[in-house]
Amino acid sequence: MFAIGIVASVIGVIIALAIDWFPPQASAEAQTVDFLYDVTLVIAVPIFVLVMAVAIYSVVRYRAAPGDLRDAEPVHGNTRLEVVWVLIPFVIVTVLAIYSWIGLESIEAQQPNPIKINVIAQQFAWRFEYPAEGGAPPKQTTNLVLPINRPVEFKLNSEDVIHSFWVPAFRVKSDVVPGIETQIRTTPSREGAWPVVCTELCGIGHSTMRQSARVVGATDFAAWREAGPGAVATARDDQAEGRRLFAGAGCAGCHALADAGAAAATGPPLGGLAQVAPSRAPGVPLEEYVRRSIVDPKNVVVSGYSPEGMPGNYNQQLSPREIDTLVNYLVRASQQTGGRAQ
Amino acid sequence: MAAKLTAPGWYRAALFMVLGLVAGITLVAGLRTLLGYDRLFEGETVTTVCLITVPMAFLVGIGAFDYWFRWASGAPTLAEDHSGHGAHSWKDYFRVNTDHKVIGIQYICTTFVFFVLGGLMAMVIRAELAAPGTQFVDPNTYNGLFSVHASLMIFLFIIPVFAGIANYVIPLMIGAPDMAFPRLNALSFWMLPVAGVMMVASFFAPGGAFATGWTAYAPLSAQMPLGQTFFTVAVQFAGASSIATALNFLVTIITMRAPGMTFWRMPLLVWANFTTSLLVVIATPFIAGSQFFILLDRALGMNFFDNASGGDILMYQHVFWFYSHPAVYIMMLPGFGIVSEVVSANSRKPIFGYRMMAFSLMAIVLLGFTVWAHHMFVSGMFSWLRVPMMITTLLIAVPTGIKIFSWLATLWKGVIHLTTPMLFALGFITMFTLGGISGIMLGLIPVVIHVSDTYFVVAHIHYVLFGGSVFTIFAGIYFWFPKMTGRMYNEMLGKVHFWLSFVFFNLTFGPMHLVGIDGMPRRVADYAEEFATMNAIISASAFLFGISFFVFLYNMVASWRSGPRAVGNPWRAHTLEWQVSSPPPLFNFDHIPTVVGGPYEYGVPGAQHGVFRDHEPEEAPAAGRGGRQPVVAE
Repeated sequence: MFAIGIVASVIGVIIALAIDWFPPQASAEAQTVDFLYDVTLVIAVPIFVLVMAVAIYSVVRYRAAPGDLRDAEPVHGNTRLEVVWVLIPFVIVTVLAIYSWIGLESIEAQQPNPIKINVIAQQFAWRFEYPAEGGAPPKQTTNLVLPINRPVEFKLNSEDVIHSFWVPAFRVKSDVVPGIETQIRTTPSREGAWPVVCTELCGIGHSTMRQSARVVGATDFAAWREAGPGAVATARDDQAEGRRLFAGAGCAGCHALADAGAAAATGPPLGGLAQVAPSRAPGVPLEEYVRRSIVDPKNVVVSGYSPEGMPGNYNQQLSPREIDTLVNYLVRASQQTGGRAQ
Repeated sequence: MAAKLTAPGWYRAALFMVLGLVAGITLVAGLRTLLGYDRLFEGETVTTVCLITVPMAFLVGIGAFDYWFRWASGAPTLAEDHSGHGAHSWKDYFRVNTDHKVIGIQYICTTFVFFVLGGLMAMVIRAELAAPGTQFVDPNTYNGLFSVHASLMIFLFIIPVFAGIANYVIPLMIGAPDMAFPRLNALSFWMLPVAGVMMVASFFAPGGAFATGWTAYAPLSAQMPLGQTFFTVAVQFAGASSIATALNFLVTIITMRAPGMTFWRMPLLVWANFTTSLLVVIATPFIAGSQFFILLDRALGMNFFDNASGGDILMYQHVFWFYSHPAVYIMMLPGFGIVSEVVSANSRKPIFGYRMMAFSLMAIVLLGFTVWAHHMFVSGMFSWLRVPMMITTLLIAVPTGIKIFSWLATLWKGVIHLTTPMLFALGFITMFTLGGISGIMLGLIPVVIHVSDTYFVVAHIHYVLFGGSVFTIFAGIYFWFPKMTGRMYNEMLGKVHFWLSFVFFNLTFGPMHLVGIDGMPRRVADYAEEFATMNAIISASAFLFGISFFVFLYNMVASWRSGPRAVGNPWRAHTLEWQVSSPPPLFNFDHIPTVVGGPYEYGVPGAQHGVFRDHEPEEAPAAGRGGRQPVVAE
């Protein structure tokens, strides 16, 4: 049984380590976390195998034949054995605790020359504020762009309820609590677009509160940083930019729109607006109607929907240019079929 | 008719509920008139008040308070003629009854009804999650579904079903004729359906069911629509029920043990419920407090959790988890007790290290109060508290390990009978070990920063609460089924049930570890495309897992109606409840036994646990209905 146990443990450890558990490592901290997890696996698998081996062996070896009414030999305990199985787990968890503590200190350590970004959470979108730096003016955006290999400090604030800021590829997370400024330190180490996910239930659109963090090279970052808000969009790719805003600002969390692949039913559907707008707001041009719905939603309520459903601050959240883009996009996209308004 | 409306029972309960409704509306309208408000009938206010008055009226109407009201008003109390004791037909289970055996069965059946409801909600959840996007329910309904699912499973199934099993078994085990406070016991039971119906009824509230999870974090829960109030008030009823029962267990166990039943001769199930009751009595007032804060914020605008008005949002989590972490031990320790009984009797060996088993329960109780903030490692609380809480959290592995290893040592060189309860106990030992290991991982701060609030946590909680608690519940139900009903369940179906649940449990919840670590958050109605395949597999397994429950249900119903008659002691166990007939006599023992030794002295020549006056265990009548012969398992 002992030999089988060791073989099973080795096989178990190999399988456990072979499984690709984590998302890509895109920060300097990720390695520490993943390694600690692997260490735990290497300790845990033999313990689990031990429990299984003793249980299975006992059941197979000592199983009573039908009609066997014997009692077993009474053994009430064994002090030496009991001391052993108190001490060994004690040592294991002590080592794990110390090791985790060291790991925690290292992943949260202050790094030189960090870029400081304010993250503002609200139901159901993230936005990001970059302070003025070098020649670049302050910038507020719904796009999170980070330079590679430069430490970042996120300062997290919430405007309504508790959210939680998680970038799985960075292995970092913190709740975003109204009234408290929480903080995350990380150093992106791999270029790419990594999901930003809200992991604290924050209301009806919680599952749609997903954006992404784009890690780029230092020169690309400087170029993006110096470009004014909205300068990224040209008339030609307005459509794509509008679609991106529709998802990034959280619209897709509540509204259905065929062009954007959105099917949510919390807010009114946005297909066929040209047909329904005149009856909802007689005499108002379609473009103006859409704009008002975005910047002042409390006063443009479709009957049957709650006036509290939509955040009232898109005016501050999006730049004027972004709102223009979104309005143009919606006016055009809503003329397509699918996701029609009733 | 008039007599029916004045006597305790369902007619009077219905009448009183109407009166309670009228009283609630009048109270609100009256106060609003006095205060000079314009709208006298404001829907939310009326509902909030009626959620308290109507259930109270129901409890009075059904008769839970009759004796006390007479006594308190100085009227002559009705002499206790024991007519409200015992059940003679199925209808007696629908009345206020003071017999602990009737109450135990009332508890178990009621909680299983809510278990089925919660399980059906889980099926809808898995149907929705079978593919990305919106399939069957909108996000609001989805959030309501998982919130009500968790609340029912925790407050209306796992916690009370253990109270139900213990209600039936504990007085018998310690050689007592009943619980210490039989009327309080009845009241404790009747508060449960109130809480459960209220949680389910929240689906009909405007704005939908409460949708903030069973954790109901502020400030979201203070802002959500009316359904949230249903949760807030229902938790008060479930909590009051829980506290009253725990108090009852404590007093019963401390004062009503048979002569000779010292603490060190108590069966481990009694120890388990003793320690659980300590946890309940100390911790449950904290969740009641947390929900009262929410209720006051919602109903009276008290701003406990409005940070702009000086409220403290993180305080909610501290108060909530100060109950809700011990609550996981409230949901686990009784299961430890059940497994000890089952493993010992089915291995024909004394429990290995009996005293350490009892001490480890006490250690878990003490440590259990020092770890609550490990649920808050990423909450933004003061960061210095994290490392101490990590250390205490990991230390709980030590007493838990003692239990696992002691059960294994009990199996070693035993004479093992693989009955259905034993299979579930073994399934528990292995699955709970996995849940314990993922628990250790969740205690390591760098790891938990990544996996908190993900499906990894969902997997962990189901490994400890389903693979852990619910497997022990099944073990306990099968084990004491012959005692409770006087009939034997079908062993073959029991084994089919075990293997189906064991396999599909793992296929359902195992993959959740993977998607969680890989980046899928929990409590989401929709998820990224990359998790689609895994979720499809999980959903398919979940449906089969759900179906496996019907094997159990059929077995229980069919066996209770027409299973073969069971003998008094089908497991040849030594504890006292097995020494009386199945089901036991009205007052449990014709003569209270004297306890002369330990409860698990299997294989010790001449050893006895309890001595009865006639020195002979009583047997049920040999010939059952339909001429079936009594059976002894395996």
